[in-house]
Amino acid sequence: MGFGALGSIEAITEGLGSVGYISTAQISTAVFLAQHLRKPILIEGPAGVGKTDLAQSTARFVGLPLVRMQCYEGLDESKALYEWKYGKQLLYTQILKEQLHHILEGAETLDQSFAKLHSFEDLFFSEAFLEPRPLLRALKEEKGCILLIDEVDKADEEFEAFLLEVLSEYQVTVPELGPVTAAVPPLVMLTSNNTREIGDALKRRCLHLYISFPEAAREQAIVRARVPGISAELLGQLVAFVQGLRAEELKKLPSIAETVDWARTLLLLHAESLEPELVRATLNVLLKFESDIRTVQAKLETLTRKAREG
Amino acid sequence: MERSLTNFIRALRAAEVPVSTGEAIDALRTQALVGYGDRALLKDALGIAVAKSEEEKAVFDRLFELFFTRAPAEEEPAPDVLDGTEREYGPGEEPGDLMALAQSGDEARLAMALEAAAERVNLSRIRFSTQAAFYTRRMLEEMGLEALEERLVDRLRDGDAGEAEAAEIMAARARLMDRARRLVDQQFEVFGRSASEEFRNEFLKQKSLSELDRSDMERMKLLIRKMARRLAEKHGRRRRKANRGRLDLRATMRANAAHDGVPFDVRWRRRRRDRAKVVAICDTSQSVAQSVRFLLLLLYSLAEVIPSLRSFAFSSRLSEVSADLEALEFDEAIVKILRDTGFGSTNYGQALSDLRRGHWDAIDRRTTVIVLGDGRSNYADPRLDLFRELSDQAKRVIWLSPEAPSLWGSGDSEILRFRPFCAVLEHCANVADLERAVDEILIAYQR
Repeated sequence: MGFGALGSIEAITEGLGSVGYISTAQISTAVFLAQHLRKPILIEGPAGVGKTDLAQSTARFVGLPLVRMQCYEGLDESKALYEWKYGKQLLYTQILKEQLHHILEGAETLDQSFAKLHSFEDLFFSEAFLEPRPLLRALKEEKGCILLIDEVDKADEEFEAFLLEVLSEYQVTVPELGPVTAAVPPLVMLTSNNTREIGDALKRRCLHLYISFPEAAREQAIVRARVPGISAELLGQLVAFVQGLRAEELKKLPSIAETVDWARTLLLLHAESLEPELVRATLNVLLKFESDIRTVQAKLETLTRKAREG
Repeated sequence: MERSLTNFIRALRAAEVPVSTGEAIDALRTQALVGYGDRALLKDALGIAVAKSEEEKAVFDRLFELFFTRAPAEEEPAPDVLDGTEREYGPGEEPGDLMALAQSGDEARLAMALEAAAERVNLSRIRFSTQAAFYTRRMLEEMGLEALEERLVDRLRDGDAGEAEAAEIMAARARLMDRARRLVDQQFEVFGRSASEEFRNEFLKQKSLSELDRSDMERMKLLIRKMARRLAEKHGRRRRKANRGRLDLRATMRANAAHDGVPFDVRWRRRRRDRAKVVAICDTSQSVAQSVRFLLLLLYSLAEVIPSLRSFAFSSRLSEVSADLEALEFDEAIVKILRDTGFGSTNYGQALSDLRRGHWDAIDRRTTVIVLGDGRSNYADPRLDLFRELSDQAKRVIWLSPEAPSLWGSGDSEILRFRPFCAVLEHCANVADLERAVDEILIAYQR
């Protein structure tokens, strides 16, 4: 299909829906603008609201490969961009040693053999010995791709600066080969969990999409898409319960991923509606901190009742 | 250029959303892509293009609502209509037209005429709410209010005969005033409010600490919070320094095992820089009563920037307040600290010996000690011997005094006797000074 599928905002919403991603006007608009302004999107929001999933779904929807680069502290150019296959180079020199002898045979002086050698030098620094890492791979995709730079806040600041160059020109320079420019610029999505502030320079070059926790209707749609067998009554109640939890003061609020997990759990247990006992027994699927579980258990009856009354 | 959009961007910038030129161009391209037709879409799209954090989005939303409520009138109603209004109701025109306009009940036409007048008097330059009346008047004068008023005076002179018409004119005038004022207020919200906030903040930064009154405190807290966040961003992360020259043998061998041990890929040892380890000692006694809230505010904000901060407060007896600063909101913390240690008569000697006895473990060769106080010790022995020991033990001692240098050494001030043991002794009188001082502390620390 390719990027042509991102022609209008409605088409994007629909297309994302067809691969199981329930979009919002804002999300679709961001993807639309990213494609038409040729700008990366920086996606922020709490963990588990579908930031990474957006990139994956977009790739599925437009039928282009997803190139994913997970960031971490200490990530550098050789891990992100390209590396020379030293081992292979070494191996080849060893194997070609004999050959080399032959080739240099005719040469009388040092200068001559040097000149002869010189004509082969580029052999070892050619594409055959180049190990492309995600960024270079993304640029080399012929029909374009979705480039996901995940958790960019985990990488060092220097790496951010390096990204600037790649993201503004869609071009990198490999000193031995010259510049590599993308034939079709990839659609770039960066995600951040806000463990630190992203630098201003990077931020201002990106479009910015903030995905927050979904409102009830959208969350229901998402759960329905992911857990098809669930009854409407249970669905309504469990989403209302999770939405209620998010208003509580907790260390970690339950995300969509956890709602989906919970829905699956309840479905496995053949639950028809939300009962306090059932919730108590399965609360650890939703909440990941002991203190949070204790806080909620104290108010469990009220929360469940509220969710049941809708 | 799209006038209304550039104005909007100007408003955003005034409200501390730093829209860059590149983003302004993005905004224009975005607008060209999505058009003005769908307001919700335009809002989403522009928000994505120019507002780059949660706070910026909040500001953006507020301004968008204010700004684009009137945009449709400004957008496309063919320039000739606007021009027409201008000609019709320009200065020196027949007052009857203005009268008719006010009485016609045609809100759209009235709004448009007001817009045009606003443009002519540069209403978007409004900065302070006190300017509102002035701008309202100027706009209406542009529209021919003076002529209308002259006529009103004439009618009033006519006595009973003119009374009915005078009443009519007065009603029309009041109506015009009201509409114009509304527009001015709205425009002030868009362009002025953030600018005047900014101005007050700037002003406050320069204002001397001892002159702060309670009403300034809220704003000050915000300012300091901002400062703390800025500094935290700058210094909070551990810096890594690639230490050229020292080979990491183990890592190199491991990385090159695949190459038969030929070291293609050389690994260097990296040294992590220390995080700032800071001990702050704050004087809360009578003599610094003027600025004590401020000193504590500094202490509080330091605690936000430096996670490992240990802080102490004293008048004569010294006690640790780190826990209070961390657990409580600023206002509660300050009340508690002042209740526990505040407003006694100062005794630096006593405080130092308390520190020596109870908390000496907090100070080692990596610690920076910050003393906040005026060094007035009520003629008690300042225990310079202990202070010297402190300065020997710590990495360095920094003294920030709220008192002006001209007063140092006068009366019971011992600050000059402390000075030889301080790496830095600075007069710290306002927020700008403070930020500079804290920044220096942190920079020096990471060197």
